Amino acid sequence: MTPVLELKDAAVRYRGAAADVVRDVSLAVEAGESLALVGESGAGKTTLLRLLLGLARPTAGTVRFDGADLKPRDREQMRRFRRSVQCVFQDPYSSLDPSRKVGAIVAEPLRSLGLATRATAAPEVAAALERVGLQADAVDRYPHEFSGGQRQRIAIARATVCDPRVLLADEPVSALDVTTRVKVVDLLAELKEERGLTMVMVSHDLSVVASLCERTAVLERGRVVEQGATSQVLGEPAHPYTRRLIESVPRLPI
Amino acid sequence: MTLLDVRGLTVRAPDGRTLVDDLSFAVAGGERLGLIGESGSGKSLTTLAVLGLLPGGMTSSGSVELAGTQTVGAGEKRLTAVRGRDAAVVFQEPLTALDPLMRLGRQIAEPIARRTGLKGKQLRGAVRDALEQVRLPEPDRIARAFAHEISGGQRQRVALAMALACEPKLLIADEPTTALDVSVQAEMLELIDGLVREREMAVLFVSHDLAVVARVTDRVLVMKDGRAVEQGAVHDIVRAPREEYTRALVASARKLESALDLRSPR
Repeated sequence: MTPVLELKDAAVRYRGAAADVVRDVSLAVEAGESLALVGESGAGKTTLLRLLLGLARPTAGTVRFDGADLKPRDREQMRRFRRSVQCVFQDPYSSLDPSRKVGAIVAEPLRSLGLATRATAAPEVAAALERVGLQADAVDRYPHEFSGGQRQRIAIARATVCDPRVLLADEPVSALDVTTRVKVVDLLAELKEERGLTMVMVSHDLSVVASLCERTAVLERGRVVEQGATSQVLGEPAHPYTRRLIESVPRLPI
Repeated sequence: MTLLDVRGLTVRAPDGRTLVDDLSFAVAGGERLGLIGESGSGKSLTTLAVLGLLPGGMTSSGSVELAGTQTVGAGEKRLTAVRGRDAAVVFQEPLTALDPLMRLGRQIAEPIARRTGLKGKQLRGAVRDALEQVRLPEPDRIARAFAHEISGGQRQRVALAMALACEPKLLIADEPTTALDVSVQAEMLELIDGLVREREMAVLFVSHDLAVVARVTDRVLVMKDGRAVEQGAVHDIVRAPREEYTRALVASARKLESALDLRSPR
């Protein structure tokens, strides 16, 4: 089966930088199999996510979408791509436009993809909000009226309103409190289950990764040092860096 | 001996809302207390109120005695004498706690010079020692560097060195590891634990993460919406939380953690 998204020997070097931020990265995202990218700050997790989103271009290697090279100039392909691949960011305080009502925010993908107009978007927006557990009257309110967890739900509603196949999430729960974090993780698990969403998640929180993703790739300084089934990678880590990451997670006293 | 005695502390916002509500707790000399709660629970405001550092417009009432000095309603002069000497603080975000335009060595030298009166070469030696204590490699290079030139973990070590340089009786740590990577966090917690033990310093450790608090403190106070929900030994709270809110907090942490207990299906 052709992977939905694939990186082949990808490398990125920012302009003027002496070295690559990521190099020789090969990853495949198969439909229905969620992938986690873990590693510490500066490891290149977000850069990989930007590649997969088509926001950055590799300086070497390729990014493939449904088996074809991703070409940001190919408008027809990009339209299919944007419809299939959506994103949720880390900080729900900066990823939602404060001057627009929630209804308009959530309807944005439908309108920019030409799938609906302001008038016809309403039922789909309402359905998306309901799926993430928000009241229908949210459409007439502004982002500042919501708590951090609720805002992240709005961001998830926006990302799922056009029924994408893949959801890319950059530290989706890192900015949230523990009790809220558990609820949003549950919501993502539910969307995965019910709508067959494939997720690619960047996170430094191994417990969140373990609860949501079947596969894990560990990044250290721009290279993938280990990848495979999450139970294998986190349960029986082969690489010393992975082992160190797992041992560092503070645990509750028993 | 009680080092920090907080009684009926109430903090109000400029619009009259109560942010911290009738909070009471005590920390004895050498004791370690964790303040735990979610965002908006008033835990950080409590630490700021202890040092008289509340943001403009907020008012505090009740009583906070820090090493015998009443800090609620105290003037700037009395507060300046208390800050650093009796209690020093490490904040969450080291980049905002450090002066971006001053070399790190000078920032650490300031409290040391004030406390010891050292000058010139001796002062430089003391700064070097302070940086070595927090296990920073190449202390001379770090002393000459600016905050943006070192990593987040190193910055937080510098902030800790500054706080310890005052030799306070109480170290207040407000989410000191939240902005750090897990492996750096583990090192930092171990460092705080060791340094505080050597100095028999009391600690008020603020965090939203129970597992992190459990690494450093013996006792915790759980806060919600500005009120104390429950307090007790870390182990008791984690094993047998009495209040519903604490139970939810522990259950959430446990649920996330349990996902890590996986073995590959072989």
